[in-house]
Amino acid sequence: MINTKNFLEIISAIAKKIEAEKDFLTELDNEIGDGDHGINLARGFKSVEEKLPTLADKDIGAILKGVGMQLVSTVGGASGPLYGTAFMKAGNVCKGKTELTDEEFVAALDAAINGIKMRGKAVEGEKTMLDALCPAYKVPKDGIDGGKNLIDALTDAVDAAVDGVEYTKTIIATKGRASYLKERSLGHQDPGATSSLYMLQTTLEVLREA
Amino acid sequence: MVGIVIVSHSQKLAEGVAEISKMMAANAPIAAAGGLEDGELGTSYEKICAAVEEVYSADGVIILMDMGSAVMTTEMVLEDLDKPNVKMIDCPLVEGAVLAAVESAGGRSLEEISERMEESRTMKKIAD
Repeated sequence: MINTKNFLEIISAIAKKIEAEKDFLTELDNEIGDGDHGINLARGFKSVEEKLPTLADKDIGAILKGVGMQLVSTVGGASGPLYGTAFMKAGNVCKGKTELTDEEFVAALDAAINGIKMRGKAVEGEKTMLDALCPAYKVPKDGIDGGKNLIDALTDAVDAAVDGVEYTKTIIATKGRASYLKERSLGHQDPGATSSLYMLQTTLEVLREA
Repeated sequence: MVGIVIVSHSQKLAEGVAEISKMMAANAPIAAAGGLEDGELGTSYEKICAAVEEVYSADGVIILMDMGSAVMTTEMVLEDLDKPNVKMIDCPLVEGAVLAAVESAGGRSLEEISERMEESRTMKKIAD
């Protein structure tokens, strides 16, 4: 079971991770984008962290929705509406809940990923966040359906996301700012896939400690 | 008159497009939603909301965007606003805005203006 407190810890840990990796994300985005991914996400998650105390007594759905709305208002780049939609859609499926089963947690992850697909009108293989997230959903889904516990399933998910980020180096971007570079986007790792990986890694780390 | 909102990552670009559009249609209600609150590059949900409110009337509002987050953030504003007479149009920013301003000042409806703006996608700057 994952409870409200776990979620608050996850969000707060993600905010710290993004702040720590801000310069690296921006560096990646300088190569193939508009060079603002790290700065934008760090600004967004800083304001999320400031808002967290006001969400502390809410249910998981309300916490995730609050995080999403804050990201939409403060990020300023494409990752704002994309991650914002992801958190809000995940919030929708956790409405009123103060605990999630492993299956519900994976369902929330699915809702988040579908939110990104819908908002970005994107699919896997376009050198985006989805190249880390889609494999990271499929693996734990199969794992949990096959009887694995959430920590083991999420460990597999993070491994799949790492591979997904590596895979982005081998493909040409067809979505987002990097698509303007066409084949010159080859060889570069996607900043969005990288920040998605950080979020998954951080989630796993927090749940392992819990 | 139909209101017009210009959404851009850049405050200067949004204001510039509004400025050019007003050259031919000084009376058209145009609002710029460019950059973040502090003037940095990016798109602001709040600025878009405020700009729509500024030019909103029963005649409706047309929104033009530059790219990427400008499009996605506007989409989210429209979903939350849930008003059928506020529409985003996919067209060249400058040509589309000038057309929209001229048509709005000429008293055309939201539907008529949207159709004309769709045409701006195939307008050529250099004749064959």
